[in-house]
Amino acid sequence: MTRSLTLLPRSLSFRRPSSARFYSLTTSLALVTPLLAALMAGFLYPVARLVALSFSGGTLSHYRRIFTEPLHLEVLFSTIEVAFIVTVASLLLGFPVAYLMAQLGKGLAMAVTACVFIPLWTSVLIRSYAWVVLLQRNGIINTLLVDTGPTEGPLKLIYTQGAVILAMTHVLMPFMILPIYSTLRALPPDYVRAARNLGAGPVRAFVAVTLPLSLPGVFAGSVMCFVLALGFYITPALVGGPNSMLMATLIGQQTTVLLDWPFAAALSTVLLAVTLLFVLMFRRTLSLSKGLNSVY
Amino acid sequence: MSTEHAQLRGRVPAVIDIFAAPTSRAYSRAAGIIAIGAGIGCVLFFLLLPTLIVLPMSLSETDYLEFPPRGLTLKWYSAYFNDPDWMAATWFSLKIALATTATATVAGTMAALAIVRGCLPFRSTLQALALGPMIVPHIILGVALYLAFAPLQLTGSFFGFLVAHTVLAVPYVIITVTASVQRFDPTLELAALNCGANRLQAFFLVVLPNIIPGVAAAAVFAFLASFDEATVAFFISDISGKSIGRKMFEDIDFNLTPVIAAVSTVLVATSLLLMGTVHLLNGRRSRS
Repeated sequence: MTRSLTLLPRSLSFRRPSSARFYSLTTSLALVTPLLAALMAGFLYPVARLVALSFSGGTLSHYRRIFTEPLHLEVLFSTIEVAFIVTVASLLLGFPVAYLMAQLGKGLAMAVTACVFIPLWTSVLIRSYAWVVLLQRNGIINTLLVDTGPTEGPLKLIYTQGAVILAMTHVLMPFMILPIYSTLRALPPDYVRAARNLGAGPVRAFVAVTLPLSLPGVFAGSVMCFVLALGFYITPALVGGPNSMLMATLIGQQTTVLLDWPFAAALSTVLLAVTLLFVLMFRRTLSLSKGLNSVY
Repeated sequence: MSTEHAQLRGRVPAVIDIFAAPTSRAYSRAAGIIAIGAGIGCVLFFLLLPTLIVLPMSLSETDYLEFPPRGLTLKWYSAYFNDPDWMAATWFSLKIALATTATATVAGTMAALAIVRGCLPFRSTLQALALGPMIVPHIILGVALYLAFAPLQLTGSFFGFLVAHTVLAVPYVIITVTASVQRFDPTLELAALNCGANRLQAFFLVVLPNIIPGVAAAAVFAFLASFDEATVAFFISDISGKSIGRKMFEDIDFNLTPVIAAVSTVLVATSLLLMGTVHLLNGRRSRS
């Protein structure tokens, strides 16, 4: 179990005596130099500067503002809440799809797989745009509702918390489906057959055998969805409104409208800390390379 | 005889139950399967819907979306291709995406080789660091990169975008190429070395041809990671240098016209074509 949880197989994590099978230290360092240079310039230095800016003036005043003003705390909690709801919704809607993909014969499975991959390959911006069009006041959904008659006038669908949750669930569901699918695919069908032979009905065999064995995929997918949902910007910025502020949109507002960069930096640092906290807490289940390999 | 027969008849239905007339239980089970199937069908429809509606929207005569669309027209496409702002943003993004593909693929492939085959101190730290840009929320990277680039006047510049997008694209390359290198049998390279090749020759003549499908897939991912990227681009764009993502974001927020649908259709078609090709090629490879 622990073997599959590290980033690479255990066999690679210790170094055998020098052999041509492995590159020398000098070669290895030379090979990673361009990557390190890019990461320094485009990742570590900017993020370090951002964190430093949040402590500007040598005080914690920006942090005090975040943690004493109820508005900002509310946004932080509602971000975590939305991320949680989106994760649960993705799991409930995505698991049956992953299960179906693993069960179906080749041709049909391909069709279902395409339904999962096509949205994944569509840019998040375009999908958020589509949701804006679908949900707006004179959009398709409102037109349908008014024409067929369940509602008198158009409903306020867009710029609500519900719209944000709907659109984010849409964007993140493939990240839930694919890790679950890859664990279900790897499950030998003999296990379920054995359970059935021993007298279990289809439901019992699913609950007692398939479900527990799919949990690694469920955890990997859930953690990915949750972590990605915490930092979402494009979708809530376009689909959400002033009453559905999340951490990312609050940071966006501070930088683009209010131009309060040090405060935005403090908010970013808090969001970064929360994200890293969750990643570290669930590092074992996340198993980055494994979970993401099934997605890309 | 007759009792025996009766006994037999009593037993048979239990064995060939499925051929018997459907019981109410069988009906309810079929109904359950149909209900689950319909539910999954709805989820699949939900997944496809946003991608599917951009095409009819881009062809619709009217300014707002109607269903079914009234009248077919290509005027939104010609509006896109004749608008200097959209074209400037498209070319700017295309240049950045192609350059990012080159830098991220080369740097990522080199690092993936070192991660799998090298002898590196702090290897897992390096790996976590390289995947970091994927985990750290892009809004944070956007704000951080703006703050770092603005004093150097790199916002809205080709070089600024190249650095930012290389960092964003490199995790996809490392994940994909690492998997390819792990599948590659190092004894093949040892054989080349034994036959007198040096490391560089062995790499280009033996290793690279074997991992090239992974590298090619990684290049496509890197291209799309840059071309479709909008959050960081939103922050590091300026008036003179605007990526297509930033331009789209602005128009969706302030000027919602079907031109966006036309642009989206072009972008979706590009993405699907590229990713579909990679998927088919990789699928064929794994089947053969």
